[in-house]
Amino acid sequence: MSNIVSALNQKTYADGIAEVREIGLQGMITLRGDTASTAVKSAATDVAGVDMPAPNQVNCVDQRGICWMSPDELLVLCPYETVADNLAKMRKSLDGAHALSVDVSDARAVFDLSGPHAREALAKLVPVDLSPDVFKEGMFRRSRMAQVPAAFWLHAPDTFRIITFRSQAQYAFDLLKVAVQPGSEVGFF
Amino acid sequence: MLILTCPCCGVTGEETEFHAGGEAHLKRHGPGSTADQFEEYLFMRENPKGVHFERWRHVYGCGKWFHAARSTTTLEVYGTYAAQTHEPPKDLRDTISKKVPGWTWREFQ
Ligand SMILES: [Zn+2]
Repeated sequence: MSNIVSALNQKTYADGIAEVREIGLQGMITLRGDTASTAVKSAATDVAGVDMPAPNQVNCVDQRGICWMSPDELLVLCPYETVADNLAKMRKSLDGAHALSVDVSDARAVFDLSGPHAREALAKLVPVDLSPDVFKEGMFRRSRMAQVPAAFWLHAPDTFRIITFRSQAQYAFDLLKVAVQPGSEVGFF
Repeated sequence: MLILTCPCCGVTGEETEFHAGGEAHLKRHGPGSTADQFEEYLFMRENPKGVHFERWRHVYGCGKWFHAARSTTTLEVYGTYAAQTHEPPKDLRDTISKKVPGWTWREFQ
């Protein structure tokens, strides 16, 4: 049996103003279809075990969750080892509905950026207003992080969870590492 | 700075989160059309100082295409609207007229 590892095998940088950590394997299923339809909604909620999020929102508990990606796309999160079973379950419940579901777990990398300075570290990299009054828990935002696409949300107070493409994992890690370098506090928020 | 609101997902972002897709509402004429019409479709573009209509894609966000009306001089965005639209919507044209009396763009005013 091969030893499956994530892009950076939980590489961590903890010497900066915030901690950067690749979280390791995370199960991810892309579900495309009419997100207003009962079939698509229940296919997502049955697997994730969380409520359907509103547009531009996320509901996520530990490794299970639903991210609202676009008007016709959801990203369903579940533990990595349960993806195959969940995908089968999802396809069964979507039988007859116009929808598409696919395992994208190995196509992505997931990072946690945590600590009291996490917000200002991420704000250096994304063209998004991250002030505490504007970017709150529950919000999900797809944007770019310097030169690569990234999606992120507040997974816990002071902890951003960030998803990038796997092929860009090293770039994203290096980028975050520079953004949290010691002595680089901005003190804006 | 050019700030656009995507009508598909509702996110307001700055220019670099989007990708410009050229002039809006170009018409490709069908079978039997003239060489001049084809040339116009391929090459002839408006280059206005002021009100302009463009296609944009929310490339780093929801990925959807949409239309935007903006000023090429001030970067003011008058409005964004669905990609599935053949001409600038009447209510948007009225909004622009209030701000820029006498504007014209192709056959619209
Ligand atoms: Zn959008």
